[in-house]
Amino acid sequence: MNRWFPTAFVAVFAFWILGALMPRKDASFALSEFGRLPVVFNGRVQPFDSLARNSLTQIREKDKANLDPAKGWYESPRVLSATEWLLTVMTRPDLSDGWKVFRIDHPELKALLKLPEPDPSRGEDGKHYSWNQFGSEGLRLIDENGRSIRQTKPDNSQRTTFDNALLAIQESLYLYQRLKNTLHPQDISALGPEIAAYQKAIPAGVAAFRSRMSGGVIDTNALTVMFAFSERYFETVRMDTPLLVPPIEGHGSDAWSRMGDALLDAGVSSSLLKHLMRVSPQDELSPAKVAAELQRAGTVPLNPAVGAWARMGDAYHAGQVEDFNAAVRDYTAYLRTLRMDPALTKARAEQGFNAFAPFSKAASIYIVAFLFGCGFWFNFAEWSRRTSLYLVVLAFVVHTGGLIFRMWLEGRPPVTNLYSSAIFIGWGSVGLGLILEAFWKNAVGLAVATVIGFATQIVAHNLALSGDTMVMMRAVLDTNFWLATHVVIVTLGYASTFVAGFLAVLYVILGVATKVLTPTMGRSLARMVYGIICFATLFSFIGTVLGGIWADQSWGRFWGWDPKENGALIIVLWNALILHARWGGMVKEQGIMNLAIVGNVVTCWSWFGTNLLGIGLHSYGFMSGAFTALLIFIGSQAVLIAIGSIPQEKWRSFRAAAAKG
Amino acid sequence: MLKNVFRFLSSLKLTVVLLALGIAVVFFGTLGQTSDGLYVAQQRYFRSWFAYWTPHNASFPWIPLPGGYLVGTLLLLNLMVAHFTRFKWSWAKSGIFLTHIGIILLLVGQLLTDMLARESIMNFREGETRNYSESSLDYELTFLGDAGSNSLDQVVAVPASRVTPGAEIQHPLLPFTVRVRESYENADVRARGPMIDSNRPPASTQGAGARAILEPRPANRTMDERNVPAAVVELLEGGRSLGTWAASGGLRSQEFESGGKSWRLEYRPGREYKPFALTLMKTTHEVYPGTDTPKNFQSRVRIQNLDAREDREVDIYMNNPLRYSGYTFFQYQMGREQLAQGGRGTSALQVVQNPSWLAPYLGCGIVGLGLLVQFGIHLGKFISRRAA
Repeated sequence: MNRWFPTAFVAVFAFWILGALMPRKDASFALSEFGRLPVVFNGRVQPFDSLARNSLTQIREKDKANLDPAKGWYESPRVLSATEWLLTVMTRPDLSDGWKVFRIDHPELKALLKLPEPDPSRGEDGKHYSWNQFGSEGLRLIDENGRSIRQTKPDNSQRTTFDNALLAIQESLYLYQRLKNTLHPQDISALGPEIAAYQKAIPAGVAAFRSRMSGGVIDTNALTVMFAFSERYFETVRMDTPLLVPPIEGHGSDAWSRMGDALLDAGVSSSLLKHLMRVSPQDELSPAKVAAELQRAGTVPLNPAVGAWARMGDAYHAGQVEDFNAAVRDYTAYLRTLRMDPALTKARAEQGFNAFAPFSKAASIYIVAFLFGCGFWFNFAEWSRRTSLYLVVLAFVVHTGGLIFRMWLEGRPPVTNLYSSAIFIGWGSVGLGLILEAFWKNAVGLAVATVIGFATQIVAHNLALSGDTMVMMRAVLDTNFWLATHVVIVTLGYASTFVAGFLAVLYVILGVATKVLTPTMGRSLARMVYGIICFATLFSFIGTVLGGIWADQSWGRFWGWDPKENGALIIVLWNALILHARWGGMVKEQGIMNLAIVGNVVTCWSWFGTNLLGIGLHSYGFMSGAFTALLIFIGSQAVLIAIGSIPQEKWRSFRAAAAKG
Repeated sequence: MLKNVFRFLSSLKLTVVLLALGIAVVFFGTLGQTSDGLYVAQQRYFRSWFAYWTPHNASFPWIPLPGGYLVGTLLLLNLMVAHFTRFKWSWAKSGIFLTHIGIILLLVGQLLTDMLARESIMNFREGETRNYSESSLDYELTFLGDAGSNSLDQVVAVPASRVTPGAEIQHPLLPFTVRVRESYENADVRARGPMIDSNRPPASTQGAGARAILEPRPANRTMDERNVPAAVVELLEGGRSLGTWAASGGLRSQEFESGGKSWRLEYRPGREYKPFALTLMKTTHEVYPGTDTPKNFQSRVRIQNLDAREDREVDIYMNNPLRYSGYTFFQYQMGREQLAQGGRGTSALQVVQNPSWLAPYLGCGIVGLGLLVQFGIHLGKFISRRAA
C-alpha cells in the first residue's frame, strides 16, 4: 500500500489532466474552429468562445447553456456549449428567445415579474426563465424599476438585495439584446440578401443625401430606401455591440468595428450620422471633417469581413453544415492574409485555456488531497500523507501552469483585478503549504495548501460571475512594473497572513475537538505561525510602501489614506503587533494563535471590505453578495477565537495528554 | 520616578497598545470617509491629536480615539527611548536596528511631507502657456490695476480667509477701501430672472452682480466637488461709496474705474508663480477599442526657462510625471472644449512641491533590508537547528 498506492492514484489524476489537454474534433458544425475566431469586446481581442462564455456566465452563472433546467442530470437535459448558444442568439433569436437561460433567485423579483413557480412537468425549475417569459409587461416593469432605482439610489450601499437582483437581470437582458444585434439587426433572418439590397440602394441614396446636405433638389424616395437600412444599422451601433470586423490594414491597428459601423461605412458613415443626430458633444465634427466624410460617402468598398460573417451566419441559420464549415475556414484564411497571426494565436490559446479550465481542475484535486491529508492525522499512515502530497504537487503544477498561461495571454503580471488576486492568493498559500510540509512532514502544510487553495477557487469563481476576468487596465493602472512589484508583493502578504491564520484555526480545531494536537505538534504549529507572520510582515510592509511609491510616481502623493491603502497598513500594523506581543512575552502559544485568527479578519477586510465602502481609487467592483459573505466569515472567525480562548486544560487534546502523562 | 517614566516609555507593552490604537484610528478613519469624504476625514482622524468616531446618521455614543499625530508621535518616542535605554547592539539584532531606523525615517518623512508639501493644479488648453499653478482649495479676492501697456499689472490678492463680513481691507496700492458686506464659502451665481426673482434684489449695485443672484450652498466636503466662494464687497474711495460688487469664482473679471485708473476684480484660485513657463503643445486621449475605458492620457509640454536658457519638449502621462526644478507635474485630468470654442484639447496637471519626497524611498529600502536581515537570521538558525 505504502509504495504503490500514492503513485498509482496520482497517475489516474495525471491522465485525467492530460486527457483534457487533447483537442476535441467537431462532429458536424465546426463550432470549436468557429469559437476561436477573434472578436473585440471589453476593449480587448478575444476568441468568440470567451465572449460567449463570459456573457453566459453573467446571465446564468454557468458557462454552458442547459436548455432543460428542470431535468436532473440523469434525465440527460439538452446542454449547449457557450459558442453554440451565442451563435444561435445571433442567427436564430426566434429560437433562443424561448430558451430558459436567465437566472433569477430573488423571490420578490419573481413575484413582481409573475414568473412561474417550480413545476418539472411543465419544464419549470423556478430559477431559469426565457426572454419570452418576461413578456413586454415584464420588460417594461424591469425598465421602469431599474431607472427609478438608479435615480433614487445612486449609491450602491443604499440598494437592497431586491434592487441589486433587479439591476442584475436588467443588465443581463440588455447584454442579451446587444448579442442579438451583433451580427445584424435582430429583425432580419438572412444577412446576405439584405446586404445586396442595401448596396443596391447606396448610389442613389448617397447622391440624394449629398444634394440634401448642400440644399439642392432631392430624390426623397432614394433617400428613404437607403435610410431604411442605415437607421437600423445605426441602432445596432448605438447598442454597443461586440466588434466583429477587423480593420483592413490588419494587425497592428486596433481599429476594429461593429458590423453596423462597417455596413454604414459603405454608405453614410456612422460618425457622420452621429454628428447629424448630435448623439453627444464628443461626436461633433468640424466642418472640414464633415466635408471629407461627405466626399467619402458611397465610395468605400464594403469590408470583406462583413461578407464573410454574413456567409457564416446565414449558413448556420439555414443549418447547412458544409457551407458553414467552409465559410469558417475561408474567413480564418482571410484573417491570415491580414497578417493577424498574433491575434489568431492568442484567441486560439485563450479558447484552449477556457476549455481546459486549469483552476477549477486544480480545485477538484485539492479537495481529494485534503481528504487524504486528514486521513494521515487519524490513522497516521504515511501512504495517506504521501498520496495527498503528490496530489497537491500535481494540482500546484496545473495551478502554476494556468497562472503563467494567463499572464502570457494578458501580457501582464499575475494580479490585475480581484479575480486574479484570489487565484494568486491561492497559489501563494499552496506554495507556502508545500514549503511547510517539506520541513515538518506532518500533513499540516498539506491541510493549509488544500483548504486555502480550494477556498480561494470558490471566491474566484464567484468573482468571475460578473463577466470577463481579463478586462483591460485603466490608464492609471497600466504599468506592468508596479503591477509586478507592489501588487504581487502585497498579495503575497495577504496570502501569508491567511496561511498563519489558517494554521491557528487548525490548532484550535484539532486541539479542542480531537486528540491529534500533541505537545510536539502544538509547538511545531506555533513555530510555523511565528515564522510565517515574520514573512507576512515583510511582504505586507514592502508591498504597502511600494504602493505608496507608485502613488507618488503617478499622482504625487506618497500616502493618500485611500481605504485600500489603509487596509494594507492595518495588516502591517497587526502583524507587527503580534510580533511585538510575542517578543514582550505578553502572549504565549495560545494567545498567538488567537491573534493570528484575527489576522484572517484583518486581511479579509483589506481584501474585500474596503472595496465594499465604494470610495477611493481602489473601489473596483462592488459586490453585495460579498458583503454577506464577509460578515459570515468574520462571524465564524469570532466564534473560533471564542473557542480558542477556552482554557487549554479543557481542550480534548490536552486532556488526553494529561491523562497519559 | 524618571526611571519609571523611561521604563514606561520604552516598554514593549506600550508599543503593542500604540499599534492597536493605530489600527483603530486607521480603521475608523477609513469608515469616516464614507460620511465625511476623504479630505475632511483625513483632517479629523489622521492630522489631529484627538478624534472621535460617530456612526453615520446616529446620535448614540461615539468612540473617542487618539488622533494620527498623537499615535505617530508616541510611537516615535517609544521607539527612540527604547533604543537609547533598553537596546544593546549586537549583530543578531542588526535587522531590528535597521528596521527601526527606517521606520523613524518614514514617520519623520511623512510628518515633513504633511507640513511642507504643496499641491496645486495647472490648467490649460492646447497652445496656452502658463507660468503659474492654481490652488485647488484656496481662493483669492484679486484686484488688478492696469498700468498701461509697457509695464506689468499691479496685483493685490486677498486670501479668502480674510474676506469675512464686516472686514475692511486697505492696501497702499489700492486707491480705495474694500468693505466686505457678504461672504460665502460656497455659492452659485445665476442670472436674475425678471419674473421669479421679482421680490429679490440683485446681488450688487455694480458689475455683473447687478443682473445676478447669489445662491449660498452648503460647503462641499468631498474631493470630487470643489467649493466656489462668493462675496459682496463695497468699494469706498475716500469715504465715498462707489457701489457694491459681487465677486465669485463663477464670474469673469469685472472692470471698474478708481483713482483715474481702470481696475479689474476677480475672485479666483490662489496662484503660485514659477520661474519658468509651460506650454501645452498637444493632448492625447486614447480609449480601448469599443469602450470608454481610458488607455492613455498624455500631454506634450514645452518647458521654457529663460534663466537656465532651457527650451525643450517633454511628454507627461500616467505613471510618468515630469520632475523639474523642485516641482513634479502629474497628468491629472484631460478634456476637450466645445467645438464652438475651438474644440481644442484641455489638460490639467497636478503640481506637487515636496522637498521630502525621497524619505519614503529611503525608509522603505532600509526597513525592507532590516526585515530581510532579521528574518534571514531567524530562518538560518531554524534551518541549521533542524539540520543538526
